[in-house]
Amino acid sequence: MEYLTASLEETQALQGPPRTAVASLEQVTKNYGEVRALRNLTFNVGPGQVVALLGPNGAGKTTAVKLLLGLIQPNSGKARVFGADPTDPQNRMRTGAMLQVGRVPETLRVREHIDLFSSYYSRPLALKEVLKTAGLEKLADRKFGDLSGGQRQRTLFALAICGDPDLLFLDEPTVGLDVEARRSLWDGIRQLVDRGKSVLLTTHHLQEADALADRIAVINEGSIIAEGTPAEIKAQTSGKRIRCMTSLNLTVLRQIPGVNNVKRDREAFEIHAREAEPVVRVLLDLDPTLSALEITTAGLEEAFLALMQDNGETANREN
Amino acid sequence: MSIAAASLANVIGDRSPRHTATIYLKEAKYEFLKNLRLRVYMLSVISFPLMFYVLFGLVLNAKEAIGGTSVPTYLIATYGTFGVMGASLFGTASGLAADRGLGWLQVKRASPMPPFAYFTAKVILSMIFSATVVALLLVLGISFGGVRLPAFEMTKLVATLVAGSLPFSAMGLAIGYFAGPNSAPAVINLFYLPLSFCSGLWVPYMFLPKLVRQIALLLPPYHLSQLALGIVGAGRHEPATTHWEVLLGFTLICLGVARIGFQRDQGKLYG
Repeated sequence: MEYLTASLEETQALQGPPRTAVASLEQVTKNYGEVRALRNLTFNVGPGQVVALLGPNGAGKTTAVKLLLGLIQPNSGKARVFGADPTDPQNRMRTGAMLQVGRVPETLRVREHIDLFSSYYSRPLALKEVLKTAGLEKLADRKFGDLSGGQRQRTLFALAICGDPDLLFLDEPTVGLDVEARRSLWDGIRQLVDRGKSVLLTTHHLQEADALADRIAVINEGSIIAEGTPAEIKAQTSGKRIRCMTSLNLTVLRQIPGVNNVKRDREAFEIHAREAEPVVRVLLDLDPTLSALEITTAGLEEAFLALMQDNGETANREN
Repeated sequence: MSIAAASLANVIGDRSPRHTATIYLKEAKYEFLKNLRLRVYMLSVISFPLMFYVLFGLVLNAKEAIGGTSVPTYLIATYGTFGVMGASLFGTASGLAADRGLGWLQVKRASPMPPFAYFTAKVILSMIFSATVVALLLVLGISFGGVRLPAFEMTKLVATLVAGSLPFSAMGLAIGYFAGPNSAPAVINLFYLPLSFCSGLWVPYMFLPKLVRQIALLLPPYHLSQLALGIVGAGRHEPATTHWEVLLGFTLICLGVARIGFQRDQGKLYG
């Protein structure tokens, strides 16, 4: 009779990822020689969702994307896209990818690149529409080599969307772009999302994840350390930022209980802590000459660092 | 998934044969346009054999003969082989190595492009450039070197050398799968130049040292050049089938190596 009382979570765990997930990694491990890029990672993207995989460089974001694109194989675990193996050609008809590339043929024109990629798909978008969504109308005849950084990224974005894919992979799409270029790419992404596409986006820009995603999965050193809506992620650590000028040194400051991180900022220190008051009390006790005290709410940057630190502390405690 | 199965799936599964043919044509078209606009590449691949031919066949030695064949005629066969080999190696290997190492090939692999289309486009490109080199050599030889070849022999020569570009395209694919994007040209030359010399493509075969002449018998460029020389009447009277067998065997070996590279290629990136 026990099985009648199994909880919903247990049942779901037995079934694996939700059947409607468009992309999923189940207990995936991936090693590059000695380096463990992904450790027993489980993570999925639901239909019509924008999921951001957020983490610092080297966290394993690009590896996760490559596994879902079928470019590499996991050492253990399963990668699934539309319920099938990522290398299934049928899947590739329904996905588009924007990857970080070091070289794109420079002598071909923008419209020629798009023409070629569009030909791979069975129902591609019209060239005009692709150019419009990617903001490339005036650049159709320009050779790739003559484009600026932002224009090149937009072209790669155009190649990702030209096949009208149901699932879009964007690996660090705005890296190296200035604010204006970034915003315009975000607009293009939003247009697609409005049409019901699913998007998996990787980034180390917290602001970007917050701006675009329905769900954020925070990844560090190959494991997911937090997952939830942007609001939930921010709420998990609502930190405070304490700025002051003090004669105390870095080591002492770091050892104050409740302090997550300490940074030097020119002549002052920036201290991140969960609660400001206990830390400030200790600071004023230790250094009566402390001055220029400012307390502000920590931004996402700190929330992120704190999450990583928590994860590290938990790992240490378990070891 | 094996290459054949993957490309087959694309033909049968979700695309009409017409759609697939369109993809192959477009891939080849853009590969050609891409390289055509790279003027430096075009010039070096095509003009090197032409320059050597002009210097050694038309300016110097124009009135000489090698064993009964005029020098300008003889050198069309050998520099034709040299040119075809270069066009095929550089047309496939350096592009493939760069595309692999710098992530562009991954973008294409992530798309629904049939992998075969990519390779076929490069092979076709090599054949087009090979045909161009041979045609230009003939133009030069006939115009300035007094070369006289019946039309049938000329067609046979071009066809043979263009067919001969396939083994070296295969070799280029094999090299491209194992060389890095920056070292590829150097690796190519490491094979290309010694092979050319030892096969008698620069210094005619009969003037090579004995040991080198023996080594040449193992080398694919030697066999291709002998086929070409046979057509212009300067061959060593060896059966043509032997030469084709060697070239075919070599092609299969290179394709095997390339396939290993294809399968182990898990997106190792440089920089």
